[in-house]
Amino acid sequence: MDFLIFKAPMLMVQASLDGILLGILFALIAYGMALQWGVMNIINIAQGDLVILGGYIAYTMYLAGIHPAWGVIVSPIIMYFVGVLLYKLVINKVVDRDLFISILATFGIAIVFQQLMNFIFGADVVVAQSEYGTTMLFDNSVTLPNSKIFSAFISVLYAVALVIYMKKSRLGRAIRATAQNARAAKILGVDTEKVYAATFGINAALCGIAGALISITLTLHPYVGLPYTVRSFMIVIVAGLGNLPAVALSGMGLGLFEEFADYILGTEFRIGAVFMLLVFILVYRRFKLSKKREYLK
Amino acid sequence: MNKLVKLFITSISAITLALVSFTSSFAKVEGDYIVLGSAISLTGKYSSNGVHTQNGYNMAVDRINKMGGVEVQGKKYKFEIIYYDDESNPKRAAQLAERLIKQDGVHYMLGPYSSGLTKAIAPVTEKYKIPMVEANGASRSLFTKGYKYLFAVLSPANQYLEVAIDLAVEKNGGKGVRIAQAFEQDAFSQDVRLGILDAAKRTGSEIIIDDKLPKELNDMAATLAKVKATKPDVLVVSGHTKGALTAIRQISEMKVDVPMLAMTHCDAAKLSKQHGKKSEYALCASQWHKNLSYKDKFFGGGKKYARDFQKEFGYDPPYQSAESSAALLVFKDAFERANSFDRDAVRDALVDTEMQTFYGNIKFGPGGQNIAKPMILFQVRCKGDDCENRVVAPTKWASDKFYHPIPKWSERS
Repeated sequence: MDFLIFKAPMLMVQASLDGILLGILFALIAYGMALQWGVMNIINIAQGDLVILGGYIAYTMYLAGIHPAWGVIVSPIIMYFVGVLLYKLVINKVVDRDLFISILATFGIAIVFQQLMNFIFGADVVVAQSEYGTTMLFDNSVTLPNSKIFSAFISVLYAVALVIYMKKSRLGRAIRATAQNARAAKILGVDTEKVYAATFGINAALCGIAGALISITLTLHPYVGLPYTVRSFMIVIVAGLGNLPAVALSGMGLGLFEEFADYILGTEFRIGAVFMLLVFILVYRRFKLSKKREYLK
Repeated sequence: MNKLVKLFITSISAITLALVSFTSSFAKVEGDYIVLGSAISLTGKYSSNGVHTQNGYNMAVDRINKMGGVEVQGKKYKFEIIYYDDESNPKRAAQLAERLIKQDGVHYMLGPYSSGLTKAIAPVTEKYKIPMVEANGASRSLFTKGYKYLFAVLSPANQYLEVAIDLAVEKNGGKGVRIAQAFEQDAFSQDVRLGILDAAKRTGSEIIIDDKLPKELNDMAATLAKVKATKPDVLVVSGHTKGALTAIRQISEMKVDVPMLAMTHCDAAKLSKQHGKKSEYALCASQWHKNLSYKDKFFGGGKKYARDFQKEFGYDPPYQSAESSAALLVFKDAFERANSFDRDAVRDALVDTEMQTFYGNIKFGPGGQNIAKPMILFQVRCKGDDCENRVVAPTKWASDKFYHPIPKWSERS
């Protein structure tokens, strides 16, 4: 236990801002996961690897002399097609099957992606430089990298755009209808096959955006995808499916919780604390459900 | 027909049997070749360093073979290495070691890349009493298990950054310093940490931040905010290439001012290339640098080795390649002194090794670690946007003065 954070109030501000900014980025990845989980009932283990692939697209642009921030436009476009292709090749065969089968299939995809990225981009850890500088607050005692502010801003922008798109557009409505009841939607003339492909594509595109942002804020490596999968899985578990504000809140909440756990319990318990919280939330939910007698076994 | 089939099967089995018995009894030395075996990471997360290791081995094999090979009992032999890809997976590495020894009949092993994989292989080589000279497993725990057939040409992990603490204390007028440290939770980095703890005790220094970074962590903002608030004299970071790159990225973004920053894996991370000026003044531990003045008759000195390596493989050799090349020189020397291919005779000769290579002096301690070679520290220095690593410690080989303290971010252009 360490109470340094209570002795220096500026650390509290720093921790909160760091947690929230990172949380927003994670929420974007989690929203993609929630979307395709809700629509197709598939838990995508390869989520994090799609993120990293998106990051490598931005990194490749950076190597070619283009500013990596353009990755937030190019990467989702490429990733959308990667997602659709993945759907046509693998996912469409597991959509209506047992959840376990889809987990196995996406786990396989994750391994293939990791090895491919390792093969193409090498096993070195890489970073893209945005040269965005730093914002200093409170007489330099709180510093915020502009790249983090930028990534939070872009995440919010895309999330809002997506919500509007889902509400207003034809495809968006079709996706929501399929999520509610795939059979009914099919009877009413929705081409669910197309909806599934588009949903997986949109999810991959969201991962592409997040990846491009990660290339300028954190680091890239072919094998660091899994932590992003786990993180977004947790956010979705806490927030529930198909509820964007809840996903955003739970993303920020987990980000904050993690930062404070780091300061108070120590860095080594950072991830552990988040898992403890997850267990607590799951137990609490079950408890609440059983009280309402809605839980049938 | 039936008879024919039977005859066919019998003859095939007879040939196979003959081949098997032939390979297992002569594989260690086939004709003019001494066969060495190595499981190495050619794919998976260690693949880039695995390739550096393999290039180092191959370079030395070529050179030794070209310069006359190994002379045992008046006959000249050449080196040959059987490689298998361990996919950066310890379990696979242990299986492959078994395969090399039992199926391929290899009697002498070269190490894999990384402490973790060496740890997986060492029990196997020990069980079959196969001498292994390794060049890429620095974890202290390798040398405390009482292994008799393990020899490492590199300095153990706990020595990596001890020198840095001594340097900080020296700059502080001999008084103890305040240390902030962040280490990844893996065998290697935790050994580096133990070294710092020893150095702190020895010099009367105080450790004010002691963070353990999870393996999947790529964000050190919390640790660095603590560093900013507590203002230590020296910040020590070790977390492989990911740790080095993350640290520099966030130190520069958060404008963390520390008088001294010491790290590991700077050259593997290509720090000065990836982060450029932001990485300036970082102090890095290294097993080897081409500017050191060690010499041997095969590679000449470090600079010549670097030139030849560059010519052959198209890049500047990292220390992982240099130490791997040195492992072959050790084997050659041991074979010649043993003047025999008996495993135990070779092992005893390895124990008595005392030699200089372009990579450094080599003499094995009781645990098998190299006790004759100090670690070196270099500092990233930039001219304009051009950054390079310059040796600053130990003073015997320093090409540049150690720059201390690091200027504040507000004063850096």
